[in-house]
Amino acid sequence: MSSVGWRADLQMIAALARRAANELLRVPGAAIPGVLAPTIFFLGIFAVFGHLSLLPGFTSKSYQSFLIPISLMQGAGFTGAATGVNLARDIEQGWFDRLLVSPAPRPVLLAGLVLSASLRSLIPATVLLVVGFSMGVHWPGIGGLAIAGLIVMGMGTIAACWGTAIALRFKSQSAAPLMQAGMFVLILTTTSYAPLALLTGWLHTVAKYNPATQIVEAVRQGFVGGVSWGDTWPGLLALAGLLVLLSALALRGMRRTAI
Amino acid sequence: MAANLRVIGALGIRSVKQTFRRPQLMAPILLFPTLLLAIQVGGAGRGVELPGFPHVNGFLDFVLAGAMIQSTLLAGNSGGIALAVDIEMGFTDRLLAAPISRFAIVLGRLAGIALLGTLSALWFIAVGLTFGANIAEGVPGALVMILFVTLSAVAFGGIGAAVALRTGRASVVQGLFPLVFVILFLSSACFPANLMIEPAATVARYNPLSFIVEGVRDPVISSLSLHAFAKALGSIALIASISIGLSALALRRRLRTGG
Repeated sequence: MSSVGWRADLQMIAALARRAANELLRVPGAAIPGVLAPTIFFLGIFAVFGHLSLLPGFTSKSYQSFLIPISLMQGAGFTGAATGVNLARDIEQGWFDRLLVSPAPRPVLLAGLVLSASLRSLIPATVLLVVGFSMGVHWPGIGGLAIAGLIVMGMGTIAACWGTAIALRFKSQSAAPLMQAGMFVLILTTTSYAPLALLTGWLHTVAKYNPATQIVEAVRQGFVGGVSWGDTWPGLLALAGLLVLLSALALRGMRRTAI
Repeated sequence: MAANLRVIGALGIRSVKQTFRRPQLMAPILLFPTLLLAIQVGGAGRGVELPGFPHVNGFLDFVLAGAMIQSTLLAGNSGGIALAVDIEMGFTDRLLAAPISRFAIVLGRLAGIALLGTLSALWFIAVGLTFGANIAEGVPGALVMILFVTLSAVAFGGIGAAVALRTGRASVVQGLFPLVFVILFLSSACFPANLMIEPAATVARYNPLSFIVEGVRDPVISSLSLHAFAKALGSIALIASISIGLSALALRRRLRTGG
């Protein structure tokens, strides 16, 4: 592809990301559910299950530090799923059809949608970290924070790909619960409430094989102890795997969408 | 009287059908509470080993009532959203122009929510029994659970209806969704109040929702007690009288001002 083509693609991606950012500026309330829901879950689950950290075998004495990675992932998941809901709205209102008749390649359109989700997922993460630190969450160090930020952006991208695939399949905002439920299940069927050894029944088995567990543990390491490459790479690998899988799914939906 | 009952019945059935036809109304009532129940049982199930946890056969026995009440809270919210959508689309105006009792319109919606509450109770009892819960009081205990869940659906439905009638906007009622979780986390729905973190523990001890949940839980984990029964019934009566009273006021205001 020529450099002109690349430049046009990058401009298109930037324009779509800017459009999503504009929505945040013009409808500030649009960001509230993505911020509010994970914050309420963080405070609520800490208040309700905080004493689980007293169980023998629990890997951290600070339940809020143990929990914060889940809330960060949830924030990214909600934000990414919102991208799917917004896309479904654009499809219903015919705006997406206009985008499809533009000369922009489908992967470029997808990149524009998910890039905005990736950046937007840093908003709930920032709020959650501020709330978390004020509630006694341990400082993860610069390295731990950088890993958390990187993974949050990756998770936002994954959730946006999932939301996009669902939106393109159902072409209706009615599919919103499916977009949210998908991320909800992926994130919560990990070591969300307790370490793997303390999970019981079906959840122990599912969490053991759920790739998102590795992602959660990679974010968690800095908050409950030290950061090491050994605890980081499985998370990054799982993140990359999910990213490839879900972006392929979203791209397939894009390619199958006719005008 | 008979004509009013026919109207209430017809609107109630319409309300149930409307919920089943729209996944975004149905998902919060059954899908999300069931997922959360399954995850909490697997994730926080070892909490029963904490000193001070009431004697139960398993965590599912304890948390089943919480899932049922969560479902009724969300059914109330979904019912309010559906009513607001009816107002936005002009359907309520057409009903108001019909020669029927004005309050039958609200009662019809509440009848539908009550029916959804009953369905939810049956669903969670079936799920609980399938996955090993044991209702200590047997069939009479199950009937008490169904009664309380149905009545609390009406009480919470009144809140949704009041907000819908007062604002006439589905987005405002939808905004109550996170509040449901705040109220839930500040009650003993998911964990015993004595094992929660302060100040949530203190709030949970006096939260009427805790009394309702404990009334539903009582026949599952112990023998029926008049004390728990009366506290649950009293709390439901209190919430229902306030919420239905507010609905009546909101309806009167809407009729007076025309919107």
